[in-house]
Amino acid sequence: MKAPPLPNAAPGSVAIRLQGIVKTFGETVANRGAALEVKRGEIHALVGENGAGKSTLMRILSGMYAPDAGTVEVASGDGRLHDVTGWNTAAAIDAGVGMVHQHFMLVPPLTVAENVVLGREPKRGLQVDRRAAEKSVADLSARSGLVVSPSAKVADLSVGEAQRVEILKALYRGAKILILDEPTAVLSPPEVRQLWDVLRTLRADGGTIVLITHKLDEVMDVSDAITVMRGGETVARLETRSTTPREIARAMVGRDVALALDVERSDRARSLPDRAPLLELRNVCVDSPRRARVVDDVSLSVAPGEIVGIAGVEGNGQTELVEVIAGLTTLSGGEIRIAGHDAARLTVRERGDAGLSHVPEDRHRRGLVLDYSVADNLILGQQHHFTRGATLEAARIVDHARQRIAEFDIRPANPLLAARALSGGNQQKVVIAREMGGGRDFNVLLAAQPTRGVDVGAIEFIHDRLRRARDEGKAVLLVSADLAEVLALSDRIAVMYGGKLVVVLPRCEASIETLGRYMTGATGAPARVA
Amino acid sequence: MTTPVAEVVNAAPPGVQPEAGARGASLMEALLPPVVALLVAIVVGDVLILTFGQSPAAVYRLLLDGTWGNAYGIGQVLYKATTLTFTGLAVALGIRAGLFNIGGEGQLAAGGFLAAMIGLAMPAATPAIVAALLCTIGAAAGGGVVGAVPGYLRARFGAHEVITTIMLNFVVLALLGWIVSAKIHVPESLHTPEIHSGGVTRLADIMPIFHGSAANLTLLVALATAGAVSWYLFRTRRGFELRAVGLQPDAAEYGGIDVGGVRWRALALSGALAGTGGINFVLGYKHYYEEGFATGAGFLGIAVALVGRNSPFGIVIAALLFATLSQGGLAVNALVPKQMVDVLQAVVILAVATAVPAVRQSIRSSAKSVARSLMQKTGAAGGGSR
Repeated sequence: MKAPPLPNAAPGSVAIRLQGIVKTFGETVANRGAALEVKRGEIHALVGENGAGKSTLMRILSGMYAPDAGTVEVASGDGRLHDVTGWNTAAAIDAGVGMVHQHFMLVPPLTVAENVVLGREPKRGLQVDRRAAEKSVADLSARSGLVVSPSAKVADLSVGEAQRVEILKALYRGAKILILDEPTAVLSPPEVRQLWDVLRTLRADGGTIVLITHKLDEVMDVSDAITVMRGGETVARLETRSTTPREIARAMVGRDVALALDVERSDRARSLPDRAPLLELRNVCVDSPRRARVVDDVSLSVAPGEIVGIAGVEGNGQTELVEVIAGLTTLSGGEIRIAGHDAARLTVRERGDAGLSHVPEDRHRRGLVLDYSVADNLILGQQHHFTRGATLEAARIVDHARQRIAEFDIRPANPLLAARALSGGNQQKVVIAREMGGGRDFNVLLAAQPTRGVDVGAIEFIHDRLRRARDEGKAVLLVSADLAEVLALSDRIAVMYGGKLVVVLPRCEASIETLGRYMTGATGAPARVA
Repeated sequence: MTTPVAEVVNAAPPGVQPEAGARGASLMEALLPPVVALLVAIVVGDVLILTFGQSPAAVYRLLLDGTWGNAYGIGQVLYKATTLTFTGLAVALGIRAGLFNIGGEGQLAAGGFLAAMIGLAMPAATPAIVAALLCTIGAAAGGGVVGAVPGYLRARFGAHEVITTIMLNFVVLALLGWIVSAKIHVPESLHTPEIHSGGVTRLADIMPIFHGSAANLTLLVALATAGAVSWYLFRTRRGFELRAVGLQPDAAEYGGIDVGGVRWRALALSGALAGTGGINFVLGYKHYYEEGFATGAGFLGIAVALVGRNSPFGIVIAALLFATLSQGGLAVNALVPKQMVDVLQAVVILAVATAVPAVRQSIRSSAKSVARSLMQKTGAAGGGSR
């Protein structure tokens, strides 16, 4: 998809101008003189590594934070810029600036219409006028192309639909400037395309959109202009038509990087060693606490020296599948074998000792104890191997941490720093270092969303480590919502939909298009794509 | 391994890089809130004292004279601080495991009761050291059992410990009250007969200057216990796992830790700590179990743990602070009602709770988890009836 030409040939007037923004939190500088200029009627991509200061900058724009220095100007209806530095969220909403957060802020038991009008309900006497609310939401929905039933309960919606409700909420409040924080993380490819259509419709209506993202293909697909941030500063402003992903990536990282898609696709006509699989799943089933079958009869095996990728829209059972293999969820039926041993009844610790490593999908919830030091986090799950008598071997733990920090270039190189203080990429390196670093004896690796929320430089590094694990003869099960990642790394690719594996393809038969179709559950449609 | 340095680092707010000097800043952060809290309490106290038509200077003078101004006062403060150290450690250990044990009252009483029963059961000829040891073990066991029950209920059924521990207070106190009054009390009193053996030496027996005060060598046990809790929490694998469960149960589970097991062990241990506090009264002071001896000390342990920021060393200091206020209340009674000191205690707690983000966080998260578990309960009930 190529970005269509700008709707208004005439250069748009400036809708947002941030200059010299400085914002510090304690001793951490989030923004140091950042700038952003967005034209009216533009889809503007704000890109940068994690910790580059994108979210802080947008929170300053939307009134959640006041900057320490710098000015924020936003255009009013007549196109004139007004200095609004240090305003609050209510003022920002009144001025037509709406933000759609990465984590939805909806009330699940309420209906779509109730959520949209929340805080600004149409009243009839003392009561909320539900009918009027539903009607205005339906109108808005029709006009913007955000298709969702106003009377549906938010709890029953898919993630994609919930996101539409968030956008509707902003539009209902009269947003002319819409800020979207990594909106595609939870969407399937068709949903992403629908979102792009919506954004283009809004742009055609004169709306201005700022899109925070780190996916370069999205930037190329939908944006008109790009601002790149690095280390709290604005390092580049580019026109999408006259730039390349490579140039953007270089600006983000400050050096050349290998992009996942650059990797030659079928260079590895590897004949996989004909050895017994290290990980075997036979008819694995998992029931949720509410007795819904979330993993349904999954059979799959991963041989030594093989990466098997599982693609799928999030919420189709991948999380539960990984957790049941790791021992974090109860197996409702079927068999799990790790290195030939029946693992179904083993505890988490026993599975680890049997050779299972696990990079969990949510490092903040599962993978790290954020208030523990890097050194302590580097032994989480291995603490029984660092114990003498009742006590932990403090010196050995710090030694081990120093080695892993050097091996994985974790920054800052301080084993006693709390994991919370690290950037997302370095936090993930801590997890990777623990699960795959020297001294960890494993033969099966579960890698769930291993590069989520990680900057481009670290992605390259993590991919490299996964390939190296494969080359060393480990069995790797990769679960990722990022199709480019699955395609770049996997030897075989399975697609999960509604708890089932709908297809398992060799890498050479998979493409974004085929996988995208399977991911939406179109099981029978393309039997095989030539 | 969490070395002391790491502890300081861990206490740093997110995003702060601990460069040179950060240690000093963190120390400030640890010390400042209690100091500020005390200052606020003094200012509020001034206003209160003035409303009684008294001079604040005179009242504070009296408060200090009655506590740290003479050996008897010091002894009384030490005695009260001893019990509070035990109950404070009990609450802190629970909070480190993410559990809010507010059953200190019942656990303390049960510990004291069992210590007295063992002391009564032993012949008078039992060597004092053996008897005292057995009584202490009994006290720990008594409190431990009372703590283990909510621990088991939490681990097995998910029953929230805030509810079960507080409810168990009533059960335990009523049960003990019934046993004592119906079976073994000394006529015309609410206490049991004196124990035959197991008494702990009073401070006054060694240093006559403390004559008349209740302070006894249990205070050394309290200090040793604080050291042991610190060692357990920050040096042992069990402690590592316990704190991981308290900070992030999901990550602990991922790290192969038996979260349910840690929870019930932590509550049992917490109960045992509170129960051990019972020996201060039973072995060290009166040599019998008396109904109501524990009143208030269990709950005050919560305040001690909060002000002491759940660190064993901080708890010893906080226990001394609250013991001073409580003893000082008696001293100033001549000029102002002693309830004024209760108000001061409350002001200290409020000031600390607002001054220390970590404390605020721990209160908030336990309130949230109570709400969540209640919602789950009602949600589950609703689902079942359908």
